[in-house]
Amino acid sequence: MSWLPKPVVELIETALVTELSVVRKDRRPITYPLIPMWDGEKILMTSSILFSRKLEHLKDNPRVSLSFSDPVALGGRTDRATIQGDARVIDGDPHTDWEQVLPLWSAKEPVITEFLKARVAFPLFFERSVIEVMPRRVFYWPDGDTAHAPEVTTDAGWTGKAA
Amino acid sequence: MDVRSGVAMFEPAEGLRRLEAFPFALVTWVGEDGYPMSAAINVQMDAQRGVVEFDAIAGLDLPLGAELSLTGSHIRPQPGIGYDERRHVTVWGHAGRDPLGRLKFVPTAAWGWDEAAIPFPEYIERQVGQSRRYLTRVSSELGRVVRPRLSLGWLTLRATRLPFVSATLIPVLIGIAIAAAQGAFDLFAAVLTIIGAAAVHLGLNVANDVFDARSGADESNVNPTQYSGGSRVIQYGLVSLRRMAAISAAFYAIAIGAGIVLLLTRFSMALLVIGVLGILLSLFYTAPPLKLVYRGLGELTTAIGFGPLMLVGAYVVQTLGALSPEPFVASIPIALLVALILYVNEVPDRPSDGRAGKRTLPVILSREAVINGYVLAAAAAFISIVLGVLAGVLPIPALAALLPLPLVLRVRDGLVRYYDQPYGLMAVMAVNIRVHLLVGVLLFGAYMVVLALTRLAPGIPLFIRWP
Repeated sequence: MSWLPKPVVELIETALVTELSVVRKDRRPITYPLIPMWDGEKILMTSSILFSRKLEHLKDNPRVSLSFSDPVALGGRTDRATIQGDARVIDGDPHTDWEQVLPLWSAKEPVITEFLKARVAFPLFFERSVIEVMPRRVFYWPDGDTAHAPEVTTDAGWTGKAA
Repeated sequence: MDVRSGVAMFEPAEGLRRLEAFPFALVTWVGEDGYPMSAAINVQMDAQRGVVEFDAIAGLDLPLGAELSLTGSHIRPQPGIGYDERRHVTVWGHAGRDPLGRLKFVPTAAWGWDEAAIPFPEYIERQVGQSRRYLTRVSSELGRVVRPRLSLGWLTLRATRLPFVSATLIPVLIGIAIAAAQGAFDLFAAVLTIIGAAAVHLGLNVANDVFDARSGADESNVNPTQYSGGSRVIQYGLVSLRRMAAISAAFYAIAIGAGIVLLLTRFSMALLVIGVLGILLSLFYTAPPLKLVYRGLGELTTAIGFGPLMLVGAYVVQTLGALSPEPFVASIPIALLVALILYVNEVPDRPSDGRAGKRTLPVILSREAVINGYVLAAAAAFISIVLGVLAGVLPIPALAALLPLPLVLRVRDGLVRYYDQPYGLMAVMAVNIRVHLLVGVLLFGAYMVVLALTRLAPGIPLFIRWP
């Protein structure tokens, strides 16, 4: 059972896109739009090796944040959340490792199974790494208005340091 | 805008202009604990001063003086499919506080992607170098080589561009059919001819990739399509250049082997000349020292190779070297239409071909000349069929091969409309390939009709005989 507030879990499950922010070596924040998936404990995303700069940054610094803020990508929901957490990149076999999340991915983007049948047309797009984010702290805006202070929830077992 | 490395960097002012189009922005900074933090905010742009203003975020401390970013992101959900209209922009800069307590953000750099400006397939191609760098890092981390993969079947299909073998099968089958209609047919020789001709074609396809990889033509092409830009298996790291060279050599070895068996069993001087010429043209299409395709001779070489050489070659195998005007005349439309496949497929490749010194006709000629040239050559192909029938060289049923003529107009209109749009040209290229295929199949069908009627109803006139 996750410690994440229920509305935040719903946001993750609903979101077609989240904004993943990572930190470059020179401390510049960089934000990438990705499809978030929820496995009941962690947030999962995949990234093609074509767009692997983010993976390099994550390997150098696993601290990340995920913003759920666009009502269009959230099925019309107007509440917003930012989740901070620690990321791990799984890329032992970029050809097959990511296929474990295909059921969750295709639930949000059904057309991906059709694309996968034509894997020969985009071979490098389907060489992918899995990004696994363990949530540590959540900022939640029930009305989506950041003029109001967010509700903050923290993982009870978190020491404040990246894993 | 700099998209050379796949990352679209642009001027901060352009970044602000793009950001203004999004309904809100996501401000992101790195907190004291080292974690990034984001919050959605409403911003006010002062485009003239190049400054963005926004209110403080309740309950959160924005680190003034440190670098932060403003991001706009957009998708259009498509229920049951996913989403489209992807675009995002990030502007980096620093924020300070004005006397009224509002935050002022001054941009210093911007980055983003809009699939309406850079289509996804092109965006992918621009990132191939990054994928190679990443796999090198992963290989180093894991202590073993990690490469992209495809199943053997898909890889074979892609590396050899197998579907294009239809361009070989068409002339070879017509050549065999003409000989059969004239009473000469040997099944073993026919099968061996098909194997040998297909092997030359596949060897050429693979060799073309090898030489285009070495010249950099395929590497610099960021707009490949399924019909142009090569197989890209070398650029993607799916097959090494050395292995592709070996595969090409193997196909040529099969072709030479088939040719030797045919020469030993069906020898004729015509077959020897055609066989040697075919292999030389195929090899020196891209190979030095001739590099015919780099000298504006690629289209002519293709026309000769996949027209008269293939068709007449298949014919003389069956007739043991006896020649007649019929296969030559029948090869004219096939030669012109197969050259036009290459010609139209070269249109989207012309920037990268030009950079690599590959002087194809679309590189050399103006847009108007290329389009007019297409219409003239296609018209000549169909006129040659009519003249061939009127001259009594081609059978009357060959007139059925005129049926695909309306497709030529579709190709011409597509060239006019999409000349500078590689992905718009994909459908045009597909129609153009269909013109060659349909004309070829209908000509082959015409000879099947001739064969059948010769046996079933010998009295029916099949050729025009002028008094």
